[in-house]
Amino acid sequence: MPSRFLRKSRCSVALLEVNDLFRSFGGLRAVDQVSFTVPNGMIKGIIGPNGAGKTTLFNLIAGSLVAESGTIFFDGRPVSGLPPHRIAARGIARTYQNVKIFRQMTVLENVMVGCHQRSRGGFLAGMLRLPFTVREERRVRARSLELLEMLGLPEVADQDASALAFGRQRSVELARALALEPRLILLDEPAAGLNIRETVQLAQTVRSIRDLGITVLIVEHDMSLIMDISDEIVVLDFGRKIAEGTAQQVRRDPEVIRVYLGDEDAEG
Amino acid sequence: MSREWVPFGALAATVILIQLVTMFTNTQYYLTQLIMAALYSIVVIGLCLLMGYAGQISLGHAGFFAIGGYTAAVGTTLNLLPHRDHVLVRMAERAGLTIQTTNSWGVDILYFSPWITLLAALLLSGVISLLIGIPVLRLRGHYLAMATLGFGAIIYYILLGSRFLGEADGIYDVPGFGLPGGFTFDGARNNRVLSYYFVWALVIGLMVLMHNLVNSRPGRALRAIHGNEPAAMAMGVDTARYKLSLFVLSAVCAALGGVFMAHYNGGMGPTEAGTLKAVRYVAIVAVGGMASLWGTLGASVVLNFLSLRGYFGSLDDAVFGVVLITVMLVAPDGILRRLGMYTLRRNRDTAPDAFPVSAEKQVQRGTA
Amino acid sequence: MSSELIIQYILSGVTSGSVYAIVAIGFNIIYNTTGIINFAQGEFVMLGGMIAISLVPFMPLPMAVALAVVITAAVGALAQIAFIRWLKRPHVLQLIIITIGLSILLREAALHIWDEKVRSLPYFTGTVVTSVRIFGAYVSPQVFWVLGVCGAAVVLLSLFFGRTLIGQAMRACSADPLAATLCGINQKNMVTLSFVISAALGALAGCVVSPITQTHYECGTPLAIKGFTVAIVGGLGNSTGAVAAGLLLGIIEAFSISIMPMAYKDIIAISILLAVLSYRPTGLFVRREVGALKEF
Repeated sequence: MPSRFLRKSRCSVALLEVNDLFRSFGGLRAVDQVSFTVPNGMIKGIIGPNGAGKTTLFNLIAGSLVAESGTIFFDGRPVSGLPPHRIAARGIARTYQNVKIFRQMTVLENVMVGCHQRSRGGFLAGMLRLPFTVREERRVRARSLELLEMLGLPEVADQDASALAFGRQRSVELARALALEPRLILLDEPAAGLNIRETVQLAQTVRSIRDLGITVLIVEHDMSLIMDISDEIVVLDFGRKIAEGTAQQVRRDPEVIRVYLGDEDAEG
Repeated sequence: MSREWVPFGALAATVILIQLVTMFTNTQYYLTQLIMAALYSIVVIGLCLLMGYAGQISLGHAGFFAIGGYTAAVGTTLNLLPHRDHVLVRMAERAGLTIQTTNSWGVDILYFSPWITLLAALLLSGVISLLIGIPVLRLRGHYLAMATLGFGAIIYYILLGSRFLGEADGIYDVPGFGLPGGFTFDGARNNRVLSYYFVWALVIGLMVLMHNLVNSRPGRALRAIHGNEPAAMAMGVDTARYKLSLFVLSAVCAALGGVFMAHYNGGMGPTEAGTLKAVRYVAIVAVGGMASLWGTLGASVVLNFLSLRGYFGSLDDAVFGVVLITVMLVAPDGILRRLGMYTLRRNRDTAPDAFPVSAEKQVQRGTA
Repeated sequence: MSSELIIQYILSGVTSGSVYAIVAIGFNIIYNTTGIINFAQGEFVMLGGMIAISLVPFMPLPMAVALAVVITAAVGALAQIAFIRWLKRPHVLQLIIITIGLSILLREAALHIWDEKVRSLPYFTGTVVTSVRIFGAYVSPQVFWVLGVCGAAVVLLSLFFGRTLIGQAMRACSADPLAATLCGINQKNMVTLSFVISAALGALAGCVVSPITQTHYECGTPLAIKGFTVAIVGGLGNSTGAVAAGLLLGIIEAFSISIMPMAYKDIIAISILLAVLSYRPTGLFVRREVGALKEF
C-alpha cells in the first residue's frame, strides 16, 4: 500500500467526539443523550439489541440525519448539521447495513466514485477530456484497482456490481469507502449476511484498515467478532448508552448482562 | 483509432452513405427530414443524460427548445435600423455583430448576427434553467414531473399571449445562419446537402462530448446519484449541484437545437413549446432505453423521421402516446436494450433495471 | 372597483374554483390509494363534457349527464385495468409516464371522435341570457348548478369515505397497503375503484361546467395543471384543503383579469404551483411538521 495512506498516529487525541446527541422519531427516542469519543487509530465497536439506535447514530454522524440536539466534533471541528457530502469531504466514510451499491455501474466504477473527493475534473473538463482529466482518470483507475486487489476483487472489476453475490457487494462497498481516503470509517453491520469464512476474513480486513491509520467505528451483531477486534465498545439500549469500555469490562457489566440475557424478574 | 471511437466513425460513415444514396437515387428530399430529426436529436441527447443517467424527469424541455428558437428568431428578425443611434446598436454594428441586407419585400434591414443570438439563446436558456432548477430539482417523481410540465406550460402561454412574440403565428422570416466559408445553414434547397452535413457534424460532436461526460468523474457521480442517491452523497458527491449542472447542460442542448431549428425552418411557432412536444422527447428517451445515448439517438432519428415524413398521419401524437405506454408496460428499460438482451445474453435475470427497485424505500423506513 | 363587479368576480372565481377543487379531489382519491398522480385527470373532465354533449340530442339532459358519468367511469376503470393493474412493483417514473401516455391517448381519441370544434352543453336552467340578480350583480343560474353539484359531490364523498365499509377499506389501503391486504381487503380492486370514482367525479364536473367554460378536446391539460396546483396548495391527499385552495385559486384568477391581459391568466396558477412546490411542498394548510412530503 502506498505510504501516503499511513498517517501520524495521535492516539491521545479524540478523532470523533459525540456529545449529548439526541434524535427522536415521533415519540421514540432513537438516540437519547449519547456521548462518547473515538481516539485516533482505534477500532471502536457499538453494540446493542435491535432498535437500540445504532444505525440512527451512524446516520447522525454521517449527516444523513440531523440531530435535534447535541454536537459532533471531528478532528476538533464541529460537523453536526453539515450535509453528508461535506462530512465525507472532511474524511468520514461509511458502509451500509443493507448494502447500497451503485446499480448499472461496474465494480471498478463503483470504487472510482469513491475517489470523487480526491479528484477535481468538472463538467467541461470531462466533456472535452482535457489532458489533466485524462491523467487524473488514470490515477483514479489505478488507485481503485489497487483497492480491489486489497479486498480480493480484482477479477470482477469490470462486472456489473449489482450482479455480484451479497458478500462481494459488501467488499465493493468497503473498497468504495476506502477510496475516499477517510480518516474515520463507519462500518454498519459488515458481517451481516456473511458466512463464517468471510467473517474471519472480515476481521482481518478491519484490522488491516486500522493498520493503514484509519480509525474504525463499527456496529455489529456478531458478538464474538466485535469482542475480538474492538479496542473499546459502547453499548446502547433504547437509544441510551448503558456501558462503555474494553471487551472485558463490557462483558462483566451487570447492565449489559441484563439487557442481553434478559431480566427475568422484570418479565413477569 | 481505439475501439471506443468505432461507433462514432460508423455514425459518420452512415451519415455520408445516406447522403450518397439519396444523391444517386434522386431522393434528396429525405435529407430535409433527416436534418430536422437531427435537430430534435440534439434536444433528446441532452434529455437522455438528464433522465437516463441522473434519473431526473423533465417535461419542460420543449420550453427550453422554444426559448432557444425564439431568442434566435427575435434577435435576427428585429429590425435595428430605426434604433441605429442607440449606443448598444452602434457598438454592435462597429464590432461587426450585425448584418445589413434587404429583405424579400425590398425593405432595408439591420439585424443581429446569428452568432450573437446563438450565444444569447444559450446564455438565456442556461440562466433560466438555473433559476428554475434550483427550487424544482429538490423535488422528486411526480412533483418534478408536474413542476417541469408547469414550466413548459408557462413558456407556451407566454409565447401564445405575447404580441411581441407573434402570438399563435410565432415568428417567421428568420434568416439563415451564416457559417464560415460563405455557406448558409437554412432550409433552401441548394443548401440542403451542406446543411445536412453541418447539422450531423453537430450531432456527432455532441455525442462525443456526452460520451466523454458519461465516462468522466462528473458522469460517474451522476450515474451514482441514479444508482443510489444517499450512498452517492456519503461518497462526497454534492448531488444537488450535479443534478442542477446537468439540468442546465441539457437545457442548453435543447436551446441549441431550437436555435438551428428556427434558422432552418425560417421561423418558430408556440407549438414547439407545447406539452405534446415535451412528452415526445420523453417518449424517445424511454424507447431508447433511458440510459443509452446510442439507443436514444437511434430512436430519435427513426421516430422523428417517420413523424416528419407524415407516416403517422393524423395519428402523429397518438402514436407517441401509444409508444410511451407500450414501452413502459413491456420494456420499461427500453426496447432496444431489451432486444439487445435477448439477442446477446438471453439472460434477463442479470440485466440491470432502468429503475432501481423500491427496496430503497423500505430501507429508509427502517432506519430507526 | 364597484361592489357589483367585485361580487361578479368572486362568483365567477368560485365557479371555476369549485371545478378545480373537484379535479384536485380526483387527484387526491387516486393518490391516497396508490401514491401516484394521475396525469390524465383533466382528460376525464373533458371526456365527461364531450360524451354528455353527444348524448344530449337523444335523451333528456339529466340522463345524458348520468350516462356520461358512467361511461367516463368505465373508461377510467378500463384504463387502470389495461395499463396499471397488472404491473408488478411498478416504479414511480413508470407510472407517471403511463398516465401521461394515457392522457395523450384520451385527448387524441377525443380529437378523432369530436374534431377540434369547441362545444358546450345547454344551460341546465334557462339559456345563455338568463341571469339571477344578487347584490346588484347578474349571474347565470348555471353557477348555482356548478356550486350545488360540486358541493354535493364533496359531501357525498366524505360520507362515503367516512361511513361506508368500502370507503373505509380504501382509506385503510392508503394508510397501510400491507396491513389492509392482511385484513382481507383486495387492494387491487380498491385501486381500480379509486380510478372509477375519480373519473366519475371528473366527468360530473366536466358536465356542469360545460355550459359556462365550454368543452374542447384540449381543455384537459390546463385543468389538470390547475387541479394539481390546488391539490398541492391544499396539501396532497387532503380534500378539505383542496376545496379551500380551489376556491382561492378561482378567485385569484378571476381578479387577475382586471390587472393582467386575459392571455396570461393561466400563468398565475402555474406560477403558484411552482412557488408552492418549491418552498412549501406540503401545502399551505398543513403544518410543516405534520405533513411530511411522501418521497418516491
